[in-house]
Amino acid sequence: MNSQSETKSQKVSYKNKEKRSMMFWGWALIAPTLIGLLVLNIIPMIQTLVMSFQNVSTFGESTWVHFDNYIRMIGDPKVWQSLKNTLLYGLVQVPITVILSTIAAVLVNQKIKGVQVYRVIYFLPMIAAPAAVAMVWRWMYNSEYGLINTFLKFLGFSGNIEWLYNPNVVLWSLIIVGIWSSVGYNMILLLSGLQEIPTTYYEAADLDGAGPIRQFFSITLPLLTPQLFFVLVTSIISAFQVFDLIYVMFDDTNIALSHVESLAYLFYDHTFVLDDKGYGAAIVIVLVILIMMVTVIQLVGQKKWVNYD
Amino acid sequence: MIKEPSNKAKFFIQLTLIIGALAMIIPFLWMLLTSGKTQAESTAIPPQIFPEKFQWKNYSNVWDALPFVSFYWNTGVMIAGRVLFSTLFSAMAAFAVAKLEFPGKNIFFMLVLTQMMIPAQIFITPQYLLVQKLGLLDTTIALIIPGIVSAFGTFLLRQFFLQLPDDMMEAAKIDGANIGQIFFKVYLPLARSGLVSLSVFTALFAYKDLMWPLIANISQDKMSLSAGITTLQGQFTTNYPELMAGSVISIIPMVILYIIFQKQFIEGIANTGGK
Repeated sequence: MNSQSETKSQKVSYKNKEKRSMMFWGWALIAPTLIGLLVLNIIPMIQTLVMSFQNVSTFGESTWVHFDNYIRMIGDPKVWQSLKNTLLYGLVQVPITVILSTIAAVLVNQKIKGVQVYRVIYFLPMIAAPAAVAMVWRWMYNSEYGLINTFLKFLGFSGNIEWLYNPNVVLWSLIIVGIWSSVGYNMILLLSGLQEIPTTYYEAADLDGAGPIRQFFSITLPLLTPQLFFVLVTSIISAFQVFDLIYVMFDDTNIALSHVESLAYLFYDHTFVLDDKGYGAAIVIVLVILIMMVTVIQLVGQKKWVNYD
Repeated sequence: MIKEPSNKAKFFIQLTLIIGALAMIIPFLWMLLTSGKTQAESTAIPPQIFPEKFQWKNYSNVWDALPFVSFYWNTGVMIAGRVLFSTLFSAMAAFAVAKLEFPGKNIFFMLVLTQMMIPAQIFITPQYLLVQKLGLLDTTIALIIPGIVSAFGTFLLRQFFLQLPDDMMEAAKIDGANIGQIFFKVYLPLARSGLVSLSVFTALFAYKDLMWPLIANISQDKMSLSAGITTLQGQFTTNYPELMAGSVISIIPMVILYIIFQKQFIEGIANTGGK
């Protein structure tokens, strides 16, 4: 053996040792998260899917019922109504929230007094527990003594809107609170995008004599599209899962509840109140498919409008 | 930063921002004002804005009716547990995915992405049955369990580790450090801003979580704040001054933390978005 091949074999064994060490540490470092994800998420996901084809009794015994839960859903007017509520809530709450958040983000990104204070105030609703938020809105929506009807009367309207009991109004009451709760959060996410836009773009536009509105549409908006896309996707996902506000603002005895309850609420109701876990699982599968579909459509559609430099 | 707007523009911007700020803050002011009124004052027509004399009694009534100390404790343990475990585990996994090459890495990362894309309700019933099997329903520990690991956290911190250079790894190896030491001593401290972001995000959403605390723990003294105050309505029905006093008690700790750490809160959340 000459010395050259010796160093070569040493090198190979060193490489192998390094490879093995990397594999060891790689697996060791991902182990907790991997086990956690499997036990808490991946297996449960499969279990829910299985459960949606079963009838699960209170004592946990389950029997196969094929597609019965899904067939039952087709004939269940509450499912259709809550699907409609969920879609309408998402399709109204999300665009308004995104537009208002964009305006707020642009305004608090200006060189004017007090922007720090505004940022802090706008984010405030995010800090409050949803139950506290829902309770104060419930009080403000009170038809006799509530702040909102009182204010409407002051402005000269009749001001006797039944915000929490009129079936035609309840969803809009929910949408208003949903917007109020999430504008500040999305504003902060968008603001970090705005701050990455190079100032030189605006300086060049100034030299060209472009006004602020022109600059907004030709510089700010196109360069903000990656953040706008992120905000849009996450807002729709969370809007379609709306539950907390409904749970606290509307009692289960409220006759208008069916006009505001979402699929997530219906899932909760069937699974944990009526103890019908199989049917609850089928509802959640529909909700998941709905959310996945909308997310995939957005992922495909992003090529048309999102600029990644 | 953008150049200063003209005076006229400044006026309209301020006006718009003030209207927005009022809309954000009035519900909180109304909560606070109502919490100090007598029931008669709260339902006076025309409405009475300020209470004649601030009714601290509302606070003591609510405080006596609900185990708020337990609510605070349970919420604190839930937040601490979720932040500690999920931040540490996510950082470990994120470092491995960003900086190491090993078989199975891509499959693992696919699992992370899958979990992120899927709404949480699909996990919740089996998680409930699992916690039931472990005999942990109705315990403070139960509140932590779904948040022990975080796919989102792994994804977020991976971005932070990807931005750090690889050559520190080689340098530390020459000094004889193993990969575990390199992670804890070299890379982890450098990902500090990412860790802060994830902690703020995790804490905030743990505090706001409602469905899981609601189903996992049904004894009042095992509830989180978020779930606990939903039981107020059962007890005080339409006694709004006391309901509002309960709401104030439930949000005050977080509001104080927010005011002290506003910079960390806002920057932390800003760093969690779409980059």
